[in-house]
Amino acid sequence: MIVETKSSPDAARLVTPTMLVLWLVLATVPLWITRIGLYPYLGIEILIWSLYALAFNLVLGTAGLPSFGHGAYFGIGAYAFGLCQLEIVANLWICLIAAAAVAGLAGVLVALFISHRRGIYYAFMTIAFGQIFWTLAIKSHRITGGEDGLLKIKRLPADFGLVSFDLTDNVAFYYFVLAVFAVGTAALWRLVNSPYGRVVAAIRQSEVRASHLGYNVWLYKVAVFALSAAVSGFAGGLFAMAQLAAFPDVMSLHQSGYVVMMTLVGGGLVSFWGPVIGVFLFLTARDVIGALTNAWMLYFGLLFIAIVLFRPEGIAGAISAAVQQHSLGALRQRSTSAMRLLFGSGR
Amino acid sequence: MNMIEAAAVHVRFGDRVVLESVDLAVAEGEFHGVMGPNGAGKTTFFNVLTGRVKPNRGRVLLAGEDVTGLSPHRIAAKGIARSFQIMTLFDEFSARDNVMMGLPEFRARGHDIARAAAGDGRFAAKSSEALAAVGLADKGDIRAKDLSYGDRRALEIAVALAQAPRVLCLDEPTSGLGSDGVQRLAALIARLKRRLTIVAIEHDMEFLFSLADRISVIHWGQVVARGTPHELQQNEWVRRSNLGKFA
Ligand SMILES: Nc1ncnc2c1ncn2[C@@H]1O[C@H](COP(=O)(O)OP(=O)(O)O)[C@@H](O)[C@H]1O
Ligand SMILES: [Mg+2]
Repeated sequence: MIVETKSSPDAARLVTPTMLVLWLVLATVPLWITRIGLYPYLGIEILIWSLYALAFNLVLGTAGLPSFGHGAYFGIGAYAFGLCQLEIVANLWICLIAAAAVAGLAGVLVALFISHRRGIYYAFMTIAFGQIFWTLAIKSHRITGGEDGLLKIKRLPADFGLVSFDLTDNVAFYYFVLAVFAVGTAALWRLVNSPYGRVVAAIRQSEVRASHLGYNVWLYKVAVFALSAAVSGFAGGLFAMAQLAAFPDVMSLHQSGYVVMMTLVGGGLVSFWGPVIGVFLFLTARDVIGALTNAWMLYFGLLFIAIVLFRPEGIAGAISAAVQQHSLGALRQRSTSAMRLLFGSGR
Repeated sequence: MNMIEAAAVHVRFGDRVVLESVDLAVAEGEFHGVMGPNGAGKTTFFNVLTGRVKPNRGRVLLAGEDVTGLSPHRIAAKGIARSFQIMTLFDEFSARDNVMMGLPEFRARGHDIARAAAGDGRFAAKSSEALAAVGLADKGDIRAKDLSYGDRRALEIAVALAQAPRVLCLDEPTSGLGSDGVQRLAALIARLKRRLTIVAIEHDMEFLFSLADRISVIHWGQVVARGTPHELQQNEWVRRSNLGKFA
């Protein structure tokens, strides 16, 4: 995180007050969401994409590495979940682990090739690899179903030995995903505040310095990318369950762009929760504005441009700036670091 | 025994020879000054010592162990710490966290994802110690980028100290400091002397001549003069080239 937690005891906590409040609010969603004209499935999507965006932000926000092909790992997770269930064993836990493992493996593979790069070169290589995976997904018709998708994926029951929960109903599945989301957010929060997370954040600020302090920068970059890919894949597995299918479109370049947009709009560069804010806005805008006009992406695109121009730290940044009454100078400095992340210091 | 030794180090960038053949041997506890005009290759020589640049020829020995061509993190782990001519602190981190990153015990835990970094009292105590050593005891919670220039320089040294290095390489530590800052730094180095082996690139003659045990002058990629400050002041070459003026 660029926003420092030095004076806050939250950094040392496993579960923070913010988390508790968020979980509790989310737990009430099925009680009222239909009353405001929306539906529980939107809640499911928001939670899954939030987990995905938080995982993505390990790479973008914490490590400062511009990965623009992250949809690949989300998609690979979805396919791995489906194929595990259809071809190997129809067990929820095994298939979710398979989703994370296969996506993580793909992440390791890619990371081995790109982790000596930074900046725009890094970005290009993530795109190239993303396109390769996307093409493979479309072309391997016999395995993935090609453009038709991998169909007939089931929402396997959540089996805890003594009790087993049926997840076919959207509200039941929502609560399952919420439980996973709660564990996931606590784990990711701990991760970014662990010694490992601090090293990765240090590497974002200066690879040269980190290496001269004795940190194997390359290895940390490989590891954070792989971890991020694994959690993205895990979220992808949940997404396959939600959709009852896996499709190649989440792996496409433009859908990989969505998660970047969500994360930046929300303020992932300055706040742990930024990606969640971004996902919430993006998906609600899609449904609410999308119900009125087909051109909802136009409006979200305009919001994106406005934020990049005027609030490069995203909504979380604007909120924290309002709260802490940061000086303009500090804000501007942070926004230049956001810009540098994307366009500068490549080698 | 020599704590750090370089033998016939040769570095080329493309067809540009930056270091022709540089030898250096620094005894344990010695403070060795390095001077020379801009572009002489001093920083490049440090980059060789610390693994940033692999020499085309020549060797680097740390306490007798060949460390030539090892990557920076390996060399750092073996005990060579450095400060930078152009400061590269972790700007978003507090001063204390900058120091914490230098602690060998923190580095050993660098792959730990299950514990909170902030909760560990040992790290905090060690960090505070290093901060106090450079006079930043009460500035630990300030973000590095909000510190004054002089404090940032001091923080760089605190980070290097936190590494508990065997050899400390300082690249122009006084650059940009006012006379106050230089004096404080001189006092700090005087306290560290003997406890640490120090190699310092420095343009400030007064600073160097008052502190260094020996000084090497690098020019055109070679050591053109070497000796105690006293000897160097007598050195015909140094006097003729009037190095003090254009350094
Ligand atoms: N990575 C590099 N690639 C090409 N040339 C370099 C590189 N690093 C340094 N140089 C050149 O080597 C020469 C010596 O630089 P440097 O070691 O920084 O000198 P000093 O520290 O003595 O002022 C300069 O001409 C510089 O431009
Ligand atoms: Mg230099």
